[in-house]
Amino acid sequence: MNIIEVKNLSYSYQHFDDEGNLIESAPALLEINLDIPKGQFVAVLGHNGSGKSTLAKHLNGILKPTKGGVCVNKMDVNDETLIYDIRQTVGMVFQNPDNQIVASTVEEDVAFAPENLGLEPKEIRLRIDKAMKTVGIYEFRRHAPHRLSGGQKQRVAIAGVIAMEPECLVLDEITAMLDPKGRKEIMNTVEKLNREKGITVILITHYMEEAVNSDRVLVMDKGRIIMDGTPKQIFSRVETLKNVGLDVPPVTELMHLLSQSGLKVKNDVINEEECVEELLRLTELYKPTN
Amino acid sequence: MCRGVVKINRVIQTDELTHKYSLGTPFESTAVDGLSFSVEKGEFIGIIGHTGSGKSTLIQHLNGLLKPTDGYVIINGRDIWSKKVNIKEIRFEVGLVFQYSEHQLFEETVFKDIAFGPKNMGLSQEEIEQRVLDAACAMGIDESWLSRSPFDLSGGEKRRVALAGVISMRPTVLILDEPAAGLDPQGRKTVLSKISQYHKSSGITVLLISHSMDDIVKYADKVLVMENGKLHSFETIEKVFSHSHNLEKIGLDLPQTTKIAMRLKEKGLDLGDGLYTVSKLAQKFLERIGKV
Amino acid sequence: MNLKDITIGQFFPGDSIVHRMDGRFKLVLSFLFIIILFTADNFRALFIPCAFILMAYTACEISYVFIFKNMRPIMPILIFTGIINLFFVGGNEVLWDLGFVQIYLEGVRTCVFVIIRIVALITGMSIVTYTTSPITLTDSIESLLSPLKKLNFPAHELAMMMTIALRFIPTLVEETDKIMSAQKARGASLDTGGIAKRAKALIPVLIPLFISAFKRASELATAMECRCYRGGEGRTKMRQLKSSKIDYLVSVLMLCTLGMVILVNIA
Repeated sequence: MNIIEVKNLSYSYQHFDDEGNLIESAPALLEINLDIPKGQFVAVLGHNGSGKSTLAKHLNGILKPTKGGVCVNKMDVNDETLIYDIRQTVGMVFQNPDNQIVASTVEEDVAFAPENLGLEPKEIRLRIDKAMKTVGIYEFRRHAPHRLSGGQKQRVAIAGVIAMEPECLVLDEITAMLDPKGRKEIMNTVEKLNREKGITVILITHYMEEAVNSDRVLVMDKGRIIMDGTPKQIFSRVETLKNVGLDVPPVTELMHLLSQSGLKVKNDVINEEECVEELLRLTELYKPTN
Repeated sequence: MCRGVVKINRVIQTDELTHKYSLGTPFESTAVDGLSFSVEKGEFIGIIGHTGSGKSTLIQHLNGLLKPTDGYVIINGRDIWSKKVNIKEIRFEVGLVFQYSEHQLFEETVFKDIAFGPKNMGLSQEEIEQRVLDAACAMGIDESWLSRSPFDLSGGEKRRVALAGVISMRPTVLILDEPAAGLDPQGRKTVLSKISQYHKSSGITVLLISHSMDDIVKYADKVLVMENGKLHSFETIEKVFSHSHNLEKIGLDLPQTTKIAMRLKEKGLDLGDGLYTVSKLAQKFLERIGKV
Repeated sequence: MNLKDITIGQFFPGDSIVHRMDGRFKLVLSFLFIIILFTADNFRALFIPCAFILMAYTACEISYVFIFKNMRPIMPILIFTGIINLFFVGGNEVLWDLGFVQIYLEGVRTCVFVIIRIVALITGMSIVTYTTSPITLTDSIESLLSPLKKLNFPAHELAMMMTIALRFIPTLVEETDKIMSAQKARGASLDTGGIAKRAKALIPVLIPLFISAFKRASELATAMECRCYRGGEGRTKMRQLKSSKIDYLVSVLMLCTLGMVILVNIA
């Protein structure tokens, strides 16, 4: 079953003058069609301004389509009466953790969303304790957010969203401001949420290595989805990726270089293990025969 | 002394540099601990270490923003905290670009913002203009942007304007704290390659902090590794990666290519040491199988 | 002085009797304390609320050192009011004649009296912030103001604004530090020159700070929307404010203090 269905979605950022006349209309999304089944881990790649974040903001009704439609669990995002059900179903986390944390202690912040949902105090307590334990910040629950590391802060932000018990998480470049250690912490947390809790994950990122382990990769450029496939399918198309301003993982780059030098290389090598295996296979294959 | 004969090649030298925060309180902590090292003119140094290892504290000493609790900082042969030295001049000699440097932009136009540093130096209008144009050119800033507001630019463009705002002071040393952080792959590449080009064309000394080992190996000649406020090692790139397990031991990430080379070695395919870029590894591999 | 050294308004987590008191009571009682302080019209009467403060500090398990630490940021106000009283309060007994101005015994007395009163006021009010978490404090304010909601008074919005302000103060202080360093690295002089020059020198700090604050505000608003925020309606609270015996006991104690002050005043 699909949790998210996007049909012919187009969106333009519109600027009006003082009298309310349209003076500028900048198209950001063009005819997007996308179905995301429950439980899938989807990575969305694209350079800045490709429309990734604009698409993300449509998935929980922060932005409304200029044309076309978005459905979350069959609920139409244009239906104002359903908006809070939709936001509860699709939780969203952003790049800068500092700008998402509302309260002065970790646990008060995690409680923010359940309080907005009007839950009973006891139920709120249960939910936030569970959320904080899931992301591993329970021991910091009474700390002030500004005393935490970047990775810890971002985990607070994630806990604040999963306390709503969403079925889907949209993560908009949540590792962009973190150091390698923080990035690892966050990626482990996200993968765990997907694997163990079955939460659908839509991960928007610049880092190719974060997309390598996903079920599906989308590549966006100029407001359109230009590629859609498994990581192996996507990363084997090195030239196309480079043309839209993206990198490929070093292993893929290496394989690409070798195949350009005339070696018969498998073109779906995306992680270190496969790379080592393939290099060993190639040495056997091209063993000097003198 | 025989000035003009002896060339002072050592641009930065620190001697037992130590910095303690919250001195004399129960929160006292040593951020930088007995650091002694020197940098030669024109070198490109990469600085790596975990968050909190003292990198940021160290670089703020090199342009006199922080005063050492103990030890000396010597820039171009002068002890920067001796009474004879005006610390403001040191800031013009050692340009420091902070993380997310676009947050320092404030002027109405890109031109004025880049001119802020030179103006503080008290230069003539003509000189300022020349420097702004040069710096803008070095950072790949189109002349048509100069009259625009810096806030209308994209993230990567703003970052380059902020960099130009430091380069326009024509420092002899340029220190950059994660100049590519938070940018997309294209933006990263542009910023880093502009810095590298400027280093080559001007002969400036560059110190670059980065978490990305891949960036460091691509641009730097030497690597300074910080660990818990101490100098862990300071060697050429080749040397550092000839014993890369030392870096792994303190939990630093290796470039993926190095990791692959190490695993190949374990499996009996030794391609040699110091394989830290994709092209080098590819070349060595092709040589091995006799395709080159 | 460093911005981070200001202790007024800070919260020191703990589990003392005062920490456990109902925030609403603490707020109302702190107003009662102000009334007591201003009812006392001589030194003997003023001694009573001062003694009360020392008792309260002991009860909160907070070091007396903070009484003095608090004085640092308000020193200019103390000196200013002190000098005004010293020079401009007239009387009969001239202590010193400086030619252009006379200092009277009454002036000295008023000066000391006013200073003690201000110090007592700040120290007393600080007890509330020291022992109450910012969240409880804003919850209490919201709860106390909620009867006014019927008159369309935005009690919830006010409390929310306070919560966010408290949350972002440390972040913005840190940010200010960073921007100042960045501009200093470009040769800006932030701490030299006359007032006009210094004010002008602040522009390169204030503009980036405002821009960043606006950006933060807009991102925070989106993040709050994503977490189903829709104002105070239908919103519940994880922490419930509860009053206990201690609250009533302390209230009675304070009313007695007021009574004592009035008696001493008359006597």
